[in-house]
Amino acid sequence: MTESNDDTRTSRRRFLTGAAGLAAAGATGAARAENPKNLPPNVAGWSKTLGDGVAVRPYGHPSQFEKGVIRRDVQWLTASRESSVSFTPLHELDGIITPNGLCFERHHSGIAEVNPDDYRLIIHGLVDKPLIFTLDDIKRLPRVNRIYFLECAANSGMEWRGAQLNGCQYTHGMIHTVQYTGVPLKLLLDQAGVKTNGKWLLVEGGDASGLDRSLPMAKALDDCLVAYRQNGEMLRPEQGYPVRLVVPGWQGNIWIKWLRRIEVGDKPWYTREETAKYTDLMENGKARKFTFVMDAKSVITSPSPQMPVKRKGFQVISGLAWSGRGKIKRVDVSLDGGRNWRTARIDGPVLDKCCVRFYAEAEWNGEPWLLQSRAMDETGYTQPSKDALRKIRGVNSIYHNNGIQTWALKANGEVENVEVG
Amino acid sequence: MSRSVSLIIASLLLASPVLAQDKKAPPRSYGIGQVATPAQIAGWDIDVRPDGAGAPPGKGSVKDGEKIYLDRCAACHGEFGESAGRWPQLAQGKGTLASNDPVKTVGSYFPYLSSVFDYVRRAMPFGDAQSLSNDELYAVVAFVLNLNDIVDDKFVLSKETWSQVKMPNENGFYDDDREKSEKAFWNSNPCMKDCRPPVKITGHAAVIDVTPEDKTPRKGGVE
Repeated sequence: MTESNDDTRTSRRRFLTGAAGLAAAGATGAARAENPKNLPPNVAGWSKTLGDGVAVRPYGHPSQFEKGVIRRDVQWLTASRESSVSFTPLHELDGIITPNGLCFERHHSGIAEVNPDDYRLIIHGLVDKPLIFTLDDIKRLPRVNRIYFLECAANSGMEWRGAQLNGCQYTHGMIHTVQYTGVPLKLLLDQAGVKTNGKWLLVEGGDASGLDRSLPMAKALDDCLVAYRQNGEMLRPEQGYPVRLVVPGWQGNIWIKWLRRIEVGDKPWYTREETAKYTDLMENGKARKFTFVMDAKSVITSPSPQMPVKRKGFQVISGLAWSGRGKIKRVDVSLDGGRNWRTARIDGPVLDKCCVRFYAEAEWNGEPWLLQSRAMDETGYTQPSKDALRKIRGVNSIYHNNGIQTWALKANGEVENVEVG
Repeated sequence: MSRSVSLIIASLLLASPVLAQDKKAPPRSYGIGQVATPAQIAGWDIDVRPDGAGAPPGKGSVKDGEKIYLDRCAACHGEFGESAGRWPQLAQGKGTLASNDPVKTVGSYFPYLSSVFDYVRRAMPFGDAQSLSNDELYAVVAFVLNLNDIVDDKFVLSKETWSQVKMPNENGFYDDDREKSEKAFWNSNPCMKDCRPPVKITGHAAVIDVTPEDKTPRKGGVE
């Protein structure tokens, strides 16, 4: 078990068990934690005494009772934590914005700690004038604010051969959505002046993996950003502080963190990350390459295995849907494993290449539910079943698993990741 | 020109279309950023393309590469490229790509010499990146090719011999064809009622039991 997972979870368990004891079985988790001294007609301690003053918490943090809301990893997945992934706790979140400290991480050589004074971005290759920018230079340029999802191409990659991980944090947690502030990549390229034979860019990170990918010029000129802020504050180190590339709707691997160099060329580079990795092996042994776009996908975040049902009666089913091809048009929800569907209610902003939050309300009286959600985007693409995907792709492709997820709700309120047929 | 008219012109200039990321706007120079010198670029420009463009001067033999490999690489990748633990396997795997257990290695999967050379040059050894000299880099890559029977024991890798290396899986890749091969997924009128016979559970994650014990309270509260 991982240290971070242990620390935080232990404290919540202690909280839950310590307060009333497990003897009070049958009550909900929340009820077990109740302390009658804090409940009416009694008056709680926090209503009588002074709390922390201002600036005692100069950078605020969540309530001590929310310590279980953390990124987690799956240690058997990778050989080291420096080249690994941690997952966003989607089941604990609502709305569409991911808090900065909970955005999933994917590093290839750990977190580079870049001193902003020593940050440089070089643009060269097939340009009229090779340029080098400081962070201050980039911040002086005209900027825009855009909210996008970022999904790792390997999100749900462990589920190709069947239901494996019990929790949407693990099955779908390689995604986050934040508002980026940055400079359009087109504007930066215009400063250097791209030559007419410039068709591809090599974009490269400044960490110890020097992660490099080939980006088609058309996408670079369309909607890519060179971003330095997320949700208003400077990027977190684990998200590429001080500067990362934003490639809306495309697989996370090409959103280069710690961006240090952009080279303009006339053809792709075929780097290790776009050949040995991030290519999709089909059943016949051939692999798709440059599968940049993330297909429409959705997941029910509550109820889900880490967010069981506490009580019979009225339930709010909640989830996220997104598409790399544009806006989400509709989300359907099924309670019977995809036999019958109802259209869910989308609440909050519906933006280009961005997550939407959906809700479906239903009464539950202990009968078994097989919960599914199905996203449709503005191009008419409708999220396929896992079996429909496997029929075309086999089970070896690792990446781009956007099949419909099934959660089985049992009579006792427990929820499990299952496969249906 | 009256003051109010010049104010209007000034505000129009401020609302330049670039701010709105207008793709049709003529490029504008902001005079921000310095010209990058050849020396600055050379220090960072380490990428190599399939045709060998960008490969540095130098050379290295399979024989020299073996020593470097055993010293710097074998602890993770195994003496024969077979991998130690969960670190990437570098050799073998030929003929497995269409099987139930595909083994992707330099020999079985990488399409180009540059795909491995560029990667080792920037990222390896893990945790000590860019520490190999050019000659060491050529040598260690030559040895990894030799582990995969792509070059013989006497091979010396350099810019000059670059084009002699033929990777077995060069033709193993094709461009993203989802819009064609998965055209059926574009269906904006999917079935809503009685779409399939009653559904059965065919697999349980709990049976596989590989989820980390994260101590999230998973018990339902219903009796």
